[in-house]
Amino acid sequence: MKRYQNLLMMIAVVALVAFPLWMVKKPAPGPDGKNVEIFSGADDKAKDLVGTIAPAYKPWFKPLMEPPSGEIGSLLFALQAALGAGFIGYWYGSSKTRAKMRREIEKEARC
Amino acid sequence: MHIMEGFLPVKHAIGWSIAAAPFVVYGLYTINKRIKEKPEQRMLLGVAAAFTFVLSALKMPSVTGSCSHPTGTGLGAILFGPAAMAPIGAIVLLFQAILLAHGGLTTLGANIISMAVVGPFAAVAIFRSAKAVKVPFALSIFLAASCADLLTYVTTSAQLAFAFPDPAGGFAASFAKFASVFAITQIPLAISEGLLTVVVMNALVRFNAPELQEMKVTAAVQEVLT
Repeated sequence: MKRYQNLLMMIAVVALVAFPLWMVKKPAPGPDGKNVEIFSGADDKAKDLVGTIAPAYKPWFKPLMEPPSGEIGSLLFALQAALGAGFIGYWYGSSKTRAKMRREIEKEARC
Repeated sequence: MHIMEGFLPVKHAIGWSIAAAPFVVYGLYTINKRIKEKPEQRMLLGVAAAFTFVLSALKMPSVTGSCSHPTGTGLGAILFGPAAMAPIGAIVLLFQAILLAHGGLTTLGANIISMAVVGPFAAVAIFRSAKAVKVPFALSIFLAASCADLLTYVTTSAQLAFAFPDPAGGFAASFAKFASVFAITQIPLAISEGLLTVVVMNALVRFNAPELQEMKVTAAVQEVLT
């Protein structure tokens, strides 16, 4: 049952990610002929909003280092996710083996 | 929820940094103490940190047509207490600020407060109250993790509104604008984070039942299994 529950929750997460991709349609290019970008970062949108609320504000500090391209940026994000997922995978695998071995020892002890 | 580098006025940047520092220091102290007393919990601390690493790297699309990411701090807060997540969140934010130009050093304090302080404290408060009124275990984990995620983004909106009040409507009008960028986008992501936290918690209950009892996350194994 529990396994079922986990599977259903995973499917729900995938659906939650896929649904916006399917639902949000790309608007037609604006009058200036520029393509409107969709699914840009909310952080960037907030940055633009600061520009409209306080047009006089100038950022007073620049990032020390910026990824030279979007590709390098996704490389680093993928690295971050891989490190985390790798560790969770290691924990899951070793826990599962430990539980299995414990069961086998108990079985042998009973024989 | 990352406020971009340089996008908080100097006074605010300094103020939030001073506010965040004690949480990080106290969090390090509680983690050290815990690991010294119970070295066997080191693995779970790793899982909590890894979960935050994964989730905060995943930028997901949302119904508003923009992308954002979950925080993953609820799980660790429920396991190790809210203070422990401050240094863990700080590491993630520092990694992104230095290498990815995502967030920033001048806004690090403000971002730590929203992601690694408000989120985790909210998670623990919601988890404990849900437990007190006997909400089923999985549901209380879901509520704690997803509300922590959402409140992180509400906090970011408030921080930005505080720094940039609307010339006409003041703080409230500005907050409404920032919240419509951050908080609405975050709702489906918060639900995803809640579900993923329950998935990992189910595995923890299965494999690390004694530790969870010791951490007072679950009362007794029987209660969870039935």
